[in-house]
Formats: sequence, C-alpha cells, structure tokens
Amino acid sequence: MTVHARRQGLITAMTLLPILAAPPAEAAEAGQIFTFLQAEQLERRSRDGADSLNWDIQGWIGTDDHRAWLKSEGETTDRGRLAEAEIQLLYSRRLDAFYDLQAGLRYDPEPAGDDGAPARSFAVLGIQGLAPQWFEVGASAFVSHDGEVSARLNAGYDLSVTRRLVLQPTAELNVALQDVPERGVGSGVNDLELALRLRYDLTRKIGPYIGVNWRRMMGQTARLAREDGEDDDDLAVVTGIRLWF
Amino acid sequence: MTRFTTAAGLSRRSALKLGGIAGMASLVTIHTGRRSFASAAGIYELAITADRIIIDGVSSKAIMMGGTVPAPTMRWREGEEVVVHATNRLDEPTSIHWHGLLIAGVMDGAPGFNGYVAIQPGETYTYRFRLRQSGTYWYHSHSALQEQAGMYGAIVIDPAGPEPVRADRDYVVVLSDHTAEDPMRVMSNLKGDAGYYNQAQRTLMDFVRDARDSGFNAALSDRLDWGAMRMDPTDLADVSGYRFLVNGRGPEDNWTGLFTPGERVRLRIINASAMSIFDVRIPGLPMTVFAADGQTVQPVRVDEFRFGVGETYDVVVLPREDRAYTILAEPIDRTGHARATLAPRPGMSGPLPEPRPRTLLTMADMGMGMDGMDHSRMAMTGDGMAGMDHATMAMADTTDLGRPLGWADASTPPGDKALDYADLVSATVNGDDRAPDHVIEVQLTGIMDRYMWSLNGRPFGKDQPIRVRQGDRIRITYVNTTMMAHPMHLHGMFVALENGQGRRMPRKHVVLVPPGRTMSVVLTASEPGEWPFHCHLLYHMAAGMMTRFIVDDQTT
Repeated sequence: MTVHARRQGLITAMTLLPILAAPPAEAAEAGQIFTFLQAEQLERRSRDGADSLNWDIQGWIGTDDHRAWLKSEGETTDRGRLAEAEIQLLYSRRLDAFYDLQAGLRYDPEPAGDDGAPARSFAVLGIQGLAPQWFEVGASAFVSHDGEVSARLNAGYDLSVTRRLVLQPTAELNVALQDVPERGVGSGVNDLELALRLRYDLTRKIGPYIGVNWRRMMGQTARLAREDGEDDDDLAVVTGIRLWF
Repeated sequence: MTRFTTAAGLSRRSALKLGGIAGMASLVTIHTGRRSFASAAGIYELAITADRIIIDGVSSKAIMMGGTVPAPTMRWREGEEVVVHATNRLDEPTSIHWHGLLIAGVMDGAPGFNGYVAIQPGETYTYRFRLRQSGTYWYHSHSALQEQAGMYGAIVIDPAGPEPVRADRDYVVVLSDHTAEDPMRVMSNLKGDAGYYNQAQRTLMDFVRDARDSGFNAALSDRLDWGAMRMDPTDLADVSGYRFLVNGRGPEDNWTGLFTPGERVRLRIINASAMSIFDVRIPGLPMTVFAADGQTVQPVRVDEFRFGVGETYDVVVLPREDRAYTILAEPIDRTGHARATLAPRPGMSGPLPEPRPRTLLTMADMGMGMDGMDHSRMAMTGDGMAGMDHATMAMADTTDLGRPLGWADASTPPGDKALDYADLVSATVNGDDRAPDHVIEVQLTGIMDRYMWSLNGRPFGKDQPIRVRQGDRIRITYVNTTMMAHPMHLHGMFVALENGQGRRMPRKHVVLVPPGRTMSVVLTASEPGEWPFHCHLLYHMAAGMMTRFIVDDQTT
C-alpha cells in the first residue's frame, strides 16, 4: 500500500466515522413500540336467573412483529362475586399480513363460593387474525396442568349500519378432548355462544351497546349441567360499553 | 396569530417597501402574512420552541421555528452563503431539513444520515451552505412527528440572474394540515386501528343505495371483491380531524393577499402538510404554472392541480376584476378545505364553492384491470405517457352513476384543465441525457390493516439500502403496490420525471405515485452521501417507508 493510498484510506475512514457513530435515525424506526388496550365487552347480562357482570378485554404492547398480549374474560355475580374468569398472557408473532401466532399461559382463578373448583393453569397455542371479508377470527388450543386438552374457536364481525351504528355478531365454540367431570366438562363440543350487539360509537373509543347473548351447552357438558340442576341454556339481554383506552 | 414583523429587526417586506420609495420600482414585494427573514450578513437565528397557536379562534399546542407557524419565510439569493444557528428549546431532539436544497449531506438535516446528529435539547447547531439554485422550497423538522406539530416554513431563493416571470406581487402560500391531537397519539391510534380516522367507510346504508342503483348482485359482488382483499375503497387519507391552513390561518381566519386589478400576482404554493394531498384551484382565475419543485418549467395554463405532500408549484394569476377571489385547496378525502383570498382590499372574501364529492377507489387503483383495461400497465416508463393522463383515467373509471370513481378523479368540471405531470416541460434542456446505467425498482409496499409501510417490503431499519456510484445515471422505477398515493422524496438530488418530455423532463424532489401505478424517474447520482429516500406522508415515513440512497464518493 502506498502512502497515498493509505492516506486515502484514512480519509475514507474519517469520513465514515461520524456516519457509523451516528445514532439510529429518529424520524423512523421499524422497531417502535406501541400499545393497545380495548374492553370489547364491559356489560351487564340480565336474565331470568341472577344477573351478572361480564368483561372481555384484550391488549398488547410491542412492535409490528413481536407483541405481548393480555386477554381476559370473565363473569361476576351482580354482587361482585367472581363466578368464572381467565387471564391469558401470550407472546404473539406476526405470521403474515393478517395473522398472528400466539403462545403463552392461561390462568383461571378460583371462583368465589363453596362449590368453586380450584384454580387452574394452561399452556396456550393459538392463532388470531383477520379473515377475508373482514371477519375477526381466532383459534386456541389449551393444555391444562393436568394434561387435559381443550380448544376454542371464535369469530366476530363489525357491520356498520351507519357511520356510528355498528351491528356486531359474534360466535364462540368450545370443545374438549376428554371428560373433566369435576368441572362439568364433557368430551366433545362443550358449548356454543352466539351474541348480537348493536353499538353506537360516540367516538372511535367509546361505544355503548345493547344486545343479546345466548349460550347453549351441548353433549356431555349439557348432561352434566342438567344433573347438577343447572340450566344448559342461557339467554341474556346485555347492556354495556366498548372502550378503547 | 398576532406575531407579525419586526421582532427580528427590519423585515424584508419593510426593507423592500423602503427600496420602492427610493425609486427601485422593479423590486417585487414579498408578502407572507408572516415576517420574513432577511439579513445582510446572511446569518439567521432560529429557535425551536413549543408553544400554543390560535387557529380560527381555537388554541392548540404547536412546535415552531422562529416563533410562528409556519416558520418565517427564508428569503435568500442564489450564490450567497447562508448561516443558520438553530437552537433547540424543546425537551426532545430536533432537526431542520432544507427540503429541495442542493447542499452537503451533513447540512441536509436528517438525523442518522450523512453524519448529521439530531440537535439535543439546549444545543445549537450551525447550518452553513452556499445556495446553488433558485426558486421556491421549504424547510421542516426531520425528527419524530414534529413536522405535523408546526415545524415547517417556506424558502424563497431569488435567482442570481433574471426572474423567470415578471410579477407585481409575490406571495408565499403554505398549505398545511393541523391536528389538535398529539401526533404520537395519532400514530398510536393508527396502529391500533388503521381505519381509525376514516369517516367514510362504507356502511349498510351505502350498500342499500348501491344495490338500488346498480343491482343487488353487482353491489354484493363489489363488496365481496374488496372484502376478499381486506381492502377499503374509501381509504384515501389515513388521518382526518384536520384543520387545513394557508400560511398558518384557518378557513375562518381567511389569509388574504392584496392585489390591484390588472396586476400579475405570483403565488408560491407549497404543500407543507403532514398527510394531505390537495386539489388546488382559484375559481374564476386560471393559473399559469411556471415552476414545479422550484424548477422552472414552460408555462402551462391550468384551472386546478393536484399536488402531493412536499411538492411546490409557482403560478402566476392575473386578477382583472375588482373583487375577491378564493384560493381553495381541498384534500382528496374532502374532509374540509384550506381557504385564502386574493382581494383588492383587506377584509373581503370571495364565494366559497360547494365541496366536491369524495371519490371511491376502484379495482384499477389496486393495479387490477377494470372493464378489460389494465390501468396498471399503462405505466410511465420511457415515453409511455398514456398512464399519466388523469383526465382520461377518470373518465374511464366513472360509471353512469355520476359519482367520482378512481383515485385520479378530482371531479374537475368538463372543460376545465387540471395539471397533469405530462404537462410539465423543463424550461432548460437536461444536462445529462445518457441512458441509465442501472435500473432500480422500488416497490411501494404496505400492510394497511396493521398500518405497516415499507419500501420493497422492508421497513426502515430492516431495509436494504440502495447503493450507487457517484456519476452513475440511474433510473428508479416506482411500482406502487398499495391503494394509496405516495409522494416519494429523495434528498440531496433532483430526479427527472420520465413524463415523455425527452430532454426537457421536469426536475423534481417529490414525485407523487398514484395507487396501483408504475412511474419512473432518472437521475445522475452527482451528490455523494447517504441520502434519505422516503414517502413524504409523515406517518408512512414514521412507520418505516424509508431507505438509504447511498452515493459512493468516487474521488476518495
């Protein structure tokens, strides 16, 4: 290497140095972290029997590709006693333009009252996304700490009647691979839940709604419920609010 | 806004008025509605501060340069050296980018590029550059989302030689979009729900109307086509809730430029908005466009033009009547308008035209053929000019329902002339007419549902920089795979738009690429450095629609 070339190399290095030392551009970054938290359902369910308060909350924090998800749904009596609940904490990885693969843990706390089954925990593997024709869909498989396997499918659709009035049908199906009698679960299809909510979006973030929610237990699960003296069929009128925090 | 002139000493306007009294009648007065900076020494102090502004009587937060929104107009002269001391009085890093100026990379003002580091709170950065061009340009923040919050202003560089046109009045018209929301919140809302700000999403009521107009099956099949792609034909602009400004004034404030009937009025119109593509017109007053992006073009007389974020047009108008004329700029999603007035006396206002209807995107905007015509292939490569005729496109897409259909349909009245890129003919012959050494295809990509935007499918940070050698002749072919128009901006160098004008292709710093279309530009990679290359829609850039355009220095 000649002196001249060496000097050129030095100049090049000096020119590049500030470029290499510069922090990443602040105007744009692919790895920016955002958060999202939405209560899709915060509602009172009124029925022939005891009324209940129900929630269904989902949120995430993370980048476009990697997110931590929090999902919780459950029910309390109108006196505030916990009837059933679950919390899922999931790692979510973007698969493509429309779907996320999710894996993590689910925890069902012990309900209040005498006949409360003990708390349980599960491993979760699921997929969530947006299907053609704008259907929000999800499928999850659960393995309990006792090795029992169950699964859940759900779908929902937001039909804008007007700019603010939204009709939202939803469906959820739960299935189990084996009987878990102490939990009132039989193998096969456990239950089907269909609901229709009519929401008025005051803003994009605040939308009160009314609707109906119908849950029908099926197969073995329905039989176990009847043996327990419970109704295998639950129809409720719901009033609630959808909130985006 | 009450902060007018004199805070920085004698304004250019006053100085020129004095000059006029002294008999220098050939001098043109520049009015901006703001003070404009002029300094014999060519040294400027510019503080960046957070403060409040009042628009149409409503107060909101803003980030500003020089104490105003827009920032003071920089009035410079070709050939002079300019020194700007920019002091950051925010509690976050900031930067000033000189949009369209041919300057050394480290002075370009984009943090993370060319060794330029953002100005930290309390620090002062000294920009120093010699002006190698003339015309209308602008300056703005290149950090975070500060541009949306008010960090933008005009640059007027007088030519060393004669002006390309004679004008009695010279006004800067800075168009922008102002939101009362925190721009970071806007971005967060878009990430949570990409359709958050779309107030025109199709409803069941729209379906009923469409079924009545065009038949149930046709309406259903249309819905299913869009649903299959999970795309929304009403997706014209990502953000709404804007108040649209002219020189920082809302429609009610009604910024006014004065004229005496019969005078020639020059308007330097700058699209300094964060997200808004405008259709601009002055009802009753045809405009003669004579410069695009600061570069002189052969005069073309138009009734209106559509322009993308970052573009500038210089026009001359000849108001002959003793009445007020309305300058109207409607964003393409028609969620409001920017309005100003040209009037013989202060306090006047002209008629405000009915808002134009909002267009509905079509499959052609997705790059898919409609009625057997494949519009996406009507590309502007080489001399293929068919694809640029927006008027023809619009007619081809419009059904007998009388509603505007297709991105390009601006609802231009029959007989009126809308500016077309093909109309832009450079006033000078291009210096370098070599055939391109390299063709670089740049796909404009995005996943709307997640509000992800990228180039060639890779967001900034995971991008593959474009690397060329200094002196190379490059063709860049933009392939817009998305449903939105993207104003593509290359720092550091002008590109020549391949619009069929041969050796008189117009030189531009921003090229608006319509949805689903292909366009190309050529450039000589004359400026070594590591230049930002991005979509000038602010939230698209922030989401990652940016890459590095590296010109390797061949002299070291």
